[in-house]
Amino acid sequence: MRFKDANHLFRLAAVFAAGFLIFLLVRGFLVPRSFGQYGHYRGDALAEIKKQPPNYAGHEACEACHSDVLEQKVKGKHVRVNCEACHGPLARHAEDPGGTTPEKLDTAKLCVRCHEANAGKPKWFPQVVSVDHSAGLACGECHKPHTPAIVAEEKAASAAGPSKASKGAKK
Amino acid sequence: MNISRRHFLVLLPAAALAWEQVLAGTPELASNYNTSEHWWGMLVDIEKCIGCGSCVRACQKENNVPDGYYRTWIERYRIKEVNGVETLEVDSPDGGKNGFPNDTEPGVKQFFVPKMCNHCADSPCTQVCPVGATFVSPDGVVLIDEKYCLGCRYCIQACPYGCRFLHPQKEVAQKCTLCYHRITQGLTTACCENCPTGARQLADLKNPKDPIHEFLRTHKVQVLKPHLATQAKLYYNGLDGAVR
Amino acid sequence: MPLTDGFMYPNEIELQWSVLIVLYPFLTGLVAGAFILASLERVFRVEAVKPTYRLSLLTALAFLLVAPMPLQLHLGHPERSFEMYLTPHRSSAMAMFGFVYLWYLMAVLVLEIWLDYRKDIVLLAQSSKGLKRLFYRVLTLGSDNISPGALAVDNRVGYIVTIIGIPSAFLLHGYVGFIFGSIKANPWWSTPLMPVVFLFSAMVSGIAAVMLLYMLLTRLRKQPIDMRCVDTVARYLFYAFVIDFSLEMLDLIHRIYEADESFRSLDFMVHSKLFISQIVLQIVVGTLVPIALLAVTQLVKLPDIARKRIYWVAGCLTMIGIFAMRWNVVIGGQLFSKSFLGYTTYKVGFVAKEGLLPAIALAILPFFILWALVKLLPPWAKQEPVPISHAAASAD
Repeated sequence: MRFKDANHLFRLAAVFAAGFLIFLLVRGFLVPRSFGQYGHYRGDALAEIKKQPPNYAGHEACEACHSDVLEQKVKGKHVRVNCEACHGPLARHAEDPGGTTPEKLDTAKLCVRCHEANAGKPKWFPQVVSVDHSAGLACGECHKPHTPAIVAEEKAASAAGPSKASKGAKK
Repeated sequence: MNISRRHFLVLLPAAALAWEQVLAGTPELASNYNTSEHWWGMLVDIEKCIGCGSCVRACQKENNVPDGYYRTWIERYRIKEVNGVETLEVDSPDGGKNGFPNDTEPGVKQFFVPKMCNHCADSPCTQVCPVGATFVSPDGVVLIDEKYCLGCRYCIQACPYGCRFLHPQKEVAQKCTLCYHRITQGLTTACCENCPTGARQLADLKNPKDPIHEFLRTHKVQVLKPHLATQAKLYYNGLDGAVR
Repeated sequence: MPLTDGFMYPNEIELQWSVLIVLYPFLTGLVAGAFILASLERVFRVEAVKPTYRLSLLTALAFLLVAPMPLQLHLGHPERSFEMYLTPHRSSAMAMFGFVYLWYLMAVLVLEIWLDYRKDIVLLAQSSKGLKRLFYRVLTLGSDNISPGALAVDNRVGYIVTIIGIPSAFLLHGYVGFIFGSIKANPWWSTPLMPVVFLFSAMVSGIAAVMLLYMLLTRLRKQPIDMRCVDTVARYLFYAFVIDFSLEMLDLIHRIYEADESFRSLDFMVHSKLFISQIVLQIVVGTLVPIALLAVTQLVKLPDIARKRIYWVAGCLTMIGIFAMRWNVVIGGQLFSKSFLGYTTYKVGFVAKEGLLPAIALAILPFFILWALVKLLPPWAKQEPVPISHAAASAD
C-alpha cells in the first residue's frame, strides 16, 4: 500500500540516478588524460609552457662565437651587462647567424637608458646629464661600449679620427 | 576505447580541436631537467635597481606581453618627510618600460622597486581557481594553463600584488611564468638576463650551490606584504617600509 | 583608458568584475530570500503567508534559472565552464558554486515544486490538450496516482525537503558571500561577516520581492489583497532588515574602530567614489527609509490603503538598497588599489558584452520566466480549485 503510493518518487529517483550516471560517463570522456598527474591541473600544461621558444639566446650562446668581445668586456665595467641587454633579443641569430643579423645600435639613444642622471638611481651608479656631459655628441664618440672607461690616448685618437662607435655592434 | 572516444569527440568540433592539440603537444620531457630537483624563486636587490626598464622591455619581447599589461614592472617611490610626517608618491609610467623622468626636488628619498609575480608557495591565486587552470608547479613556479582557463578572473582578484591580468585577445588570465621555458633549459629569465646591474637574480632554492643561500644568510631580506603569509619567493634586499 | 587617481598597480587599472557580477549575487539573493519566505509557511506553520507560498517557490525558481547566466556571459571562455563540474577545485569557493547550485536547483527547488504541484500536474495532464498535455504528462513521470495515500507521502517528503532546503538556501547565498569574504588580498571584501551579511540581505531582498510580486499579481488578477498575509510578510521583512542593518553597521563600526592599514584608503573611497551608491542609495534611501517606513506600520495603526502604499514604497526602496549593496561590494572592491595608494573608475558600457543592456535584459528575464511558470503551474489553483485556474490564465 505505502510502497505503491510512493511509486512516483521511485520514478523520480530513477530520473536523478540516470542523470547522475550520464554525468559520470560524460565526465570520464571529457577530463583531460593528464589531469591530476602532478596535482590538481593538467600535467601536459607543464610541457606545453616549456615549449615556448626563447627570444633571448642568453649571453653564453653569444660568447660561444664572440669570444673576442668577451675578452674586451672583462677588462671594463660592463663585464656583467649581458649582450642582449643592449643588442636586443637574438635567439634567431644564435640559431642561424647568417639569417638574422643584429641591428646597428645608436649610442646616443642606447647609453642614456641607463646612464641618464635620475635622482631615483642609487648614488654609486655612474650617471650624467647627457646634455651637459656631451653636448649632443653620441656617447660612442668617446666611449667604447664594451670597455667604457676612457683611456687618455684613446681619447686623443677618437677625437682625431672617425667614430668607432658601432664597432662592437658590427662584431 | 580509444576509437570510441575519438568518435565521440568528432561530434564536437571544439573538443575535437582540443584533442588534436593534446595529441600534438604530447610532452617530450626535457631530457635532463627534473622538476623535483628545483624550487625556484628570485632575489631583487633594490639598492642595485636603476629603473632603466630593461627587464620590462625584455619580458614583453620574450613573452609577447600585450601593450598596457605587465608581467613585470618597475615602481618609483618618492618619500618626503617633514616634521615626522611622510608623504608618499608612487608612479610607474608604462610600467617603467621607458625609465622615469628625473625629479630633482631636494630632500626626497627616491628608489625603484621592480615587481612581478611572487611565485608564492601558498599562493592565494591558485587556491581560488575553480578548475585547476592555475597551479604551483612541482618546482615552485605559479603557472597558468591557457587551454584550461575559463577567464573568470577570480585569481586576478585574489592576487595581493596585482600581478595577473586578463589577456585581451586570448581572454585567459596571464602572469609571469618565471620564464619557465627558459629556466627548464638552463637559461635564466629574460628579465635577469637583461638586467644591466644584476639587481635581479634567479634563485634555485633547492640547489645548495646557488649563491642565494649565502645572500639570505648575510643580508636582511624581506618579502612583500608578509602579513598575508603567502610564502612569497620574491625576496627583496633593501626593501623600504613604505613599499606596498 | 579609465581615469585613475594616485597610484594603481599597472594591471589593476582595468576592472575585472563588471555589472554582470553585481547582478549575480543580487539574483541568487532573491532566490534564497524567496525560498526562506516559502519555508516559513511550511516548516514554521505561519498560516498567514500561505497565499505567497507557491509564488515564492516559483519566484525562486525563475531567478535561480537566470542566476548563472551573468556569470556565463562574463567568462572569457564560456565554452569551458563545464570544467567546473569535471575538475572542481576543492579549495575554490567558486568551484563549489556549480554543485551548490545544482543541489539547490534539483534537490530542493524542483523537487519541492514538483511534490507540491503533483496533484495539479496530474489533473492538468488530464484536462489539457496537445503540446501542453504532453508537457504535463512528462512531468507526471507516467504516474497519475493522486490517491490520499500518495498525497500524504508527497506532503511528508515535501516537508523533509523544505527542512533540508532552509540550510541549503543559507548555503547558496552564504557561499556567495564567502566568494568575496575569503579573498584576503582585498580588505574591502575580506571579513567573516560577509556571508552572514549576504544572507540577511538576501532574505530582505527576497521577502521584499515576493511581497511586491504578490501585490502586483493580485492586482493584475483583480483579486483583493490578503492584508493579513501582506502584513505578516512585511513584519518578517522588517525583522530581517533590522538584523541585516545591524550586521552591516557592526562591520562598519569594526572597520572604523580597528582602522587597519587599508582604512584610510577605503574611508576616502566611501566618501568620494562610493558616496552616492553607498551612503545615499544603500544606507539612507535603501535601508534607513524603508526600515523607518516599516517601523511605522508596526507601531501605528494605519488604514489598509496607507499600509499598502507604504509596503509598495518600502519594497521598491529595499530592492534599490540591496542592489546598491551588491554594487558597492563588487564594484567598490575593485575601485581602490591593493597598494592603498590610488583609485580607478568603473565605466559601464551600454551595448557591450558586459554592458548595461545585457544586465538589464538579464534582470528582466526572470519575470518572463516567472510569467511562463505561473501560466504552466498556476500558484492559486489550490485556494479555489478549478475556476480560478482559468481565471488566472485569462487574466494574464
